[in-house]
Amino acid sequence: MFKHFFMLETKAFFRSSALGANLAIKIILGIVATFYAFMFCMLGFAMYPILKEQGLNPLEVVNKYLIFYMVFDLTIRYFMQKMPVMNIKPLLILNVKRNTVVHFAIGKSVISFFNAIHLFWLIPFTVALLINGHSPINVLMWHFSIAAILLADNFINLLINNKDAVFYPVVGIVLAAALCWYYDWYDVTVYTQMVFSAFYETPIGVIFALVFLALLYWFVFKYYRNRLYLDTGLAKKNDIAKTENFGWLDQFGEMGVFLKNDIRLLKRNKRSRTTVVMSVIFIFYGLLFYTNAIEQYRAPMWQVFAGIFVSGGFLFTFGQFVPSWDSSYYPLMMSQNIKYKDYLASKWWLMVIATVISTILASFYLVFGWKIYMLIVVGAIYNIGVNSHLVLLGGAFVKTPIDLTSGKQAFGNKQAFNVRTLLITVPKLLVPMLLYALGFYTYSAELGFILVAGAGLAGFAFRNKMFTVIERIYRTEKYKTIAAYKGT
Amino acid sequence: MINVSQLSKQYNGTTVLNISDLYIPSGESFGLVGNNGAGKTTFFSLLLDLIEPTSGHILNKSVQVNTSEAWKPHTAAFLDESFLIGYLTAEEYFYFIGDLRKQNKADVDALLSKHEEFFNGEILNSKKYLRDLSKGNMKKVGIIATLIGKPEVIILDEPFANLDPTTVNRLKKIIKELADDPNVTILVSSHDLAHTVEVCNRIVALQKGQIVKDIQTSPETLKELEEFFAV
Repeated sequence: MFKHFFMLETKAFFRSSALGANLAIKIILGIVATFYAFMFCMLGFAMYPILKEQGLNPLEVVNKYLIFYMVFDLTIRYFMQKMPVMNIKPLLILNVKRNTVVHFAIGKSVISFFNAIHLFWLIPFTVALLINGHSPINVLMWHFSIAAILLADNFINLLINNKDAVFYPVVGIVLAAALCWYYDWYDVTVYTQMVFSAFYETPIGVIFALVFLALLYWFVFKYYRNRLYLDTGLAKKNDIAKTENFGWLDQFGEMGVFLKNDIRLLKRNKRSRTTVVMSVIFIFYGLLFYTNAIEQYRAPMWQVFAGIFVSGGFLFTFGQFVPSWDSSYYPLMMSQNIKYKDYLASKWWLMVIATVISTILASFYLVFGWKIYMLIVVGAIYNIGVNSHLVLLGGAFVKTPIDLTSGKQAFGNKQAFNVRTLLITVPKLLVPMLLYALGFYTYSAELGFILVAGAGLAGFAFRNKMFTVIERIYRTEKYKTIAAYKGT
Repeated sequence: MINVSQLSKQYNGTTVLNISDLYIPSGESFGLVGNNGAGKTTFFSLLLDLIEPTSGHILNKSVQVNTSEAWKPHTAAFLDESFLIGYLTAEEYFYFIGDLRKQNKADVDALLSKHEEFFNGEILNSKKYLRDLSKGNMKKVGIIATLIGKPEVIILDEPFANLDPTTVNRLKKIIKELADDPNVTILVSSHDLAHTVEVCNRIVALQKGQIVKDIQTSPETLKELEEFFAV
């Protein structure tokens, strides 16, 4: 039976549209994965001598912080790891035992980058412990215990998937614990360290870890087994819909029609809500630069770079996927009496509004001085004047459909590697950086501000011209785009 | 109203549609029948300029569809779910289409109340987004949306599929009403010969992309078609 499943899986993997699409992406993803594996490997080897040099006991340090590592791992998994159950519907009525199906689905989740990555530091670190004269039995049993516990994260994730009510409190408690630890109020790691150290000191403890893992597996199995019905575990979650008319947008005429839909799009779909969250995170991106936390980021050029991103988070994450946001109903859009100009203008205004809101929200940067906030403001002007058009232009070449209902696609999306989109990124960031540097070094920061803002204002003049160009691309690429969007 | 000449569509050298000449006069109710892969949806997609013809062209009210967009204001279509916006409620979707077709809210409301029976109480105020409706209910929404703004050309692909028997009868009534209107040209495709014969005054059968029958509906039409498609 497993032979058949295995065959199905390999076919699903090699025939998936993501893999078949583009060799370059495969290579880049491969490089990224190798890079992380390599870094973790180096970390595993280097950890021991570095900590030793600091006069610490490496094993104790690892045990101390393992709890934070585990929760961090869980968080990453929660957002990024895909659940294994969705494609087993067709198997339900076949001559396959339901238990086998569930075992397979859960087993499949074990074979994942998210599980393998830990071994890349755990094994080298274990080797380092052995070389440095720790008792082999104790080290090996500790190794297996920790590996089992990290694998348990995988099953915990399966249990709490999509249960925000469980996930956020857990993360909240651990964050609070981390804060308490940081400010020396209360050190929870003293206790967790004891637990993890116990696996080293009493090698027989590995039995507990393995039993824990087995129990979790059993729970997950029961959980999925009992919910293997179309109306329970496999059911699609339906939202309760409420009609919203946004009558106040009617004053924007034709454009208001699209603006209404775009707001609904942002509100009601997982994937697009992710962009809104991302743009809020981008607002805080500047803290890395303006708190002088990182030496290299003090250069004036990098300060503009940050300024562009603080206000432009939404613009970049949303704008580069216009018109892909409308991919699931593109044939409708193409057969209705729609003026491309109104359509584009609506998206443009949405980006402008978001940029302005971000800039206002970012006013807390004033505590770092008016010059810092000025960087953000001129960045916003450049974003509105120039970048808003450039992202729309870049988006016109993107032909990857967006599945609005899945939030997980937001990360590691292959569109990021589109060559033409990448080329358009250059003027988005490099030009304002160079302009500012030019003003800064030849005269003063103020001249830099004026140059960047001036370029932004000049960009306005080309708005209609730019829309015409994008419109032409939409027209010439129309059939290809429809065909590509159909491919889901 | 619709004039097709030398139209062909090929994929990788395989011809999936080849219509040398077809004229659909204004006010006609035109039924397209054929087996899977006969080219029905391909023809409708070409009519809506969603795919590019390999050769030839279609004129819709003297507008060549693949070079001008002036056919859009008087044409409405529902081919499949990609004509619905999943994250809208039915009302929002109707008003959106209404806005695009220069209809105010009252116009749309009037149309909706006229077809309230067709919705069978499962669509308006249902607290569901279109993506969460059943296939049949999605179809009802799509079909009624094509009627917004009194288009002169209405294109429906497989409108009878997925509908319950009562709704099929109601839909037939709606299509017959439209067929009686001399200002409306309606194009319907179907696998169901009986339904098509009942609502259309002209039937064209496609086979492997070619027109193999073109008949004005008469009492003998159904029999003739059934014989043609018999195994």
